[in-house]
Amino acid sequence: MDITPTSPTSPPPEKQPPLAVDKVSSGKATRPGDRIFLGLSRGSGITLLVVMAAIALFLTVRAASALGKNEGNFLTTFEWNADSAEPSFGIAVLLFGTVVSAIIAMIIAVPVAVGIALFISHYAPRAIAAPLGYVIDLLAAVPSIVYGLWGALFLVPHLEGLYKWFDDYFGWTGILEYNDGTPRSLFTIGILLAIMILPIVTSVSREVFLQSPKMHEEAALALGATRWEVIRMSVLPFGRSGIISASMLGLGRALGETMAVATVLSTSFGIQTSLLDGGGGTIAQNIASGFKEASDDGRDALIASGLVLFLLTLVVNGAARLIVARRKEYSGANA
Amino acid sequence: MAKRIDVSGLTAYYGSHKAIEDISMTVEPRSATAFIGPSGCGKSTFLRTLNRMHEVTPGGRVEGKVMLDNENLYGSGVDPVSVRRTIGMVFQRPNPFPTMSIFDNVAAGLRLNGSYRKSELNDIVEKSLKGANLWNEVKDRLNKPGSGLSGGQQQRLCIARAIAVEPQVLLMDEPCSALDPISTLAIEDLIGELKERFTIVIVTHNMQQAARVSDHTAFFNLAAVGQPGRLIEIDETERIFSNPSVQATEDYISGRFG
Repeated sequence: MDITPTSPTSPPPEKQPPLAVDKVSSGKATRPGDRIFLGLSRGSGITLLVVMAAIALFLTVRAASALGKNEGNFLTTFEWNADSAEPSFGIAVLLFGTVVSAIIAMIIAVPVAVGIALFISHYAPRAIAAPLGYVIDLLAAVPSIVYGLWGALFLVPHLEGLYKWFDDYFGWTGILEYNDGTPRSLFTIGILLAIMILPIVTSVSREVFLQSPKMHEEAALALGATRWEVIRMSVLPFGRSGIISASMLGLGRALGETMAVATVLSTSFGIQTSLLDGGGGTIAQNIASGFKEASDDGRDALIASGLVLFLLTLVVNGAARLIVARRKEYSGANA
Repeated sequence: MAKRIDVSGLTAYYGSHKAIEDISMTVEPRSATAFIGPSGCGKSTFLRTLNRMHEVTPGGRVEGKVMLDNENLYGSGVDPVSVRRTIGMVFQRPNPFPTMSIFDNVAAGLRLNGSYRKSELNDIVEKSLKGANLWNEVKDRLNKPGSGLSGGQQQRLCIARAIAVEPQVLLMDEPCSALDPISTLAIEDLIGELKERFTIVIVTHNMQQAARVSDHTAFFNLAAVGQPGRLIEIDETERIFSNPSVQATEDYISGRFG
């Protein structure tokens, strides 16, 4: 998963409306420089659309072939038997695992990331802020297989005590029940994914917070706001859409994360009420663990699950854009 | 309600750079005092020392005393946050909170200071908007964002926000420099009304404006670029503009400056 902020899965935090002069020159580009640049930028835009369309087409065609041969119900079957003569496979377990582990990751990572970003942008003295930001960015450079190994060899054995504690106090909820097994569970995946998406959410939020207009912070200060009140009145509202964008970037990574999940999770096909007990699976992890040994039909089935992941990401991004657009007239951009 | 400000021996720095040096003056309550002077002479910096906003700038620090009636704003144990709650400020560029409605903008300072019943809040917001001569223009759209107003209306919204908390002093940092002449006139009329209730200090580049709105005028100047700004003289506005006691003031006012 690409983690640069310009990844196509998310809009950049703040988009200025293009200047009117751009429209004029794009209509009639007469100077050679304008023409070349217009061609380049238009070409890049078209290339992106073509690539997206090609991926969607590929996924759809291969998925349709697999779904035609499926003896089970793709939405409700709780097994993945795509390689047998009478293939029967369903997405439900994988979709559940993907969404739930990503949500757990978001619940843990977003508040922490926003807190770190605020600390770096508004609290920490410069001597601490810069190194801290650097360390956070460094977390993003760790390859996901390394996270996976760390998760499997360190995190899993050390989480057992925590899960027993959860079980003692919150076991009655059902979802935090723990029946001694190995904690290779969706919750463990959620914690691991949270650490993995922390850097991207933090650095995008930090950039947005640093851009929050001085004049609005001063307005709050002059009214007698404390530092926290300044943040609440002017920094957070301004950064709202940026936090959402940052979270969506993180969510995109969490949904698509493959190697770390495949290393830690012990796949089992069933939906459990407890998030702490081992088992479950995610779409990306299932593809990674099954692709090499799969028959041609089996591969098509895996591609069908990939199509679901693709659609899921589209829906998530669309929802994020709706949230950002709903309060547009209040956004800091038109100040 | 309105209090007297007594400044003595005030010097302000940005890091190691001395921006203003050894300024002493008295600002009379219930009157408007204008600060004039060339760009870079430290009038805005001085204004920001009066509500402890100067120290918000990285490296900003202040020496000297600012007495608000009998309380030293720079005394040990004085919380700058509470100073800013008693001394309101209006900035050069209108800066209503873009994410808040018109109503919430005016109520913002009140909500910081304590809890009010909805009806109290409604009354104070209406009174403040009337006080800022904005009520008639916005009374039907109090729940719309403040950023949808014109520049002049936004600035009056900021004034309403500042006076809603009933400050002792109202500081204005070139409040009209981003506005057209009609909006400027509206703000100037407003200053004339507000000085009945508040102590007003206004920084302005516009000498006619200083002459129109203020009772006292202070002239600031600096010896050379890089030198700290100093107070040259402060007197009744009429005297400053007709018969100032320092030659530099007369040169500046009559345009023979520099």
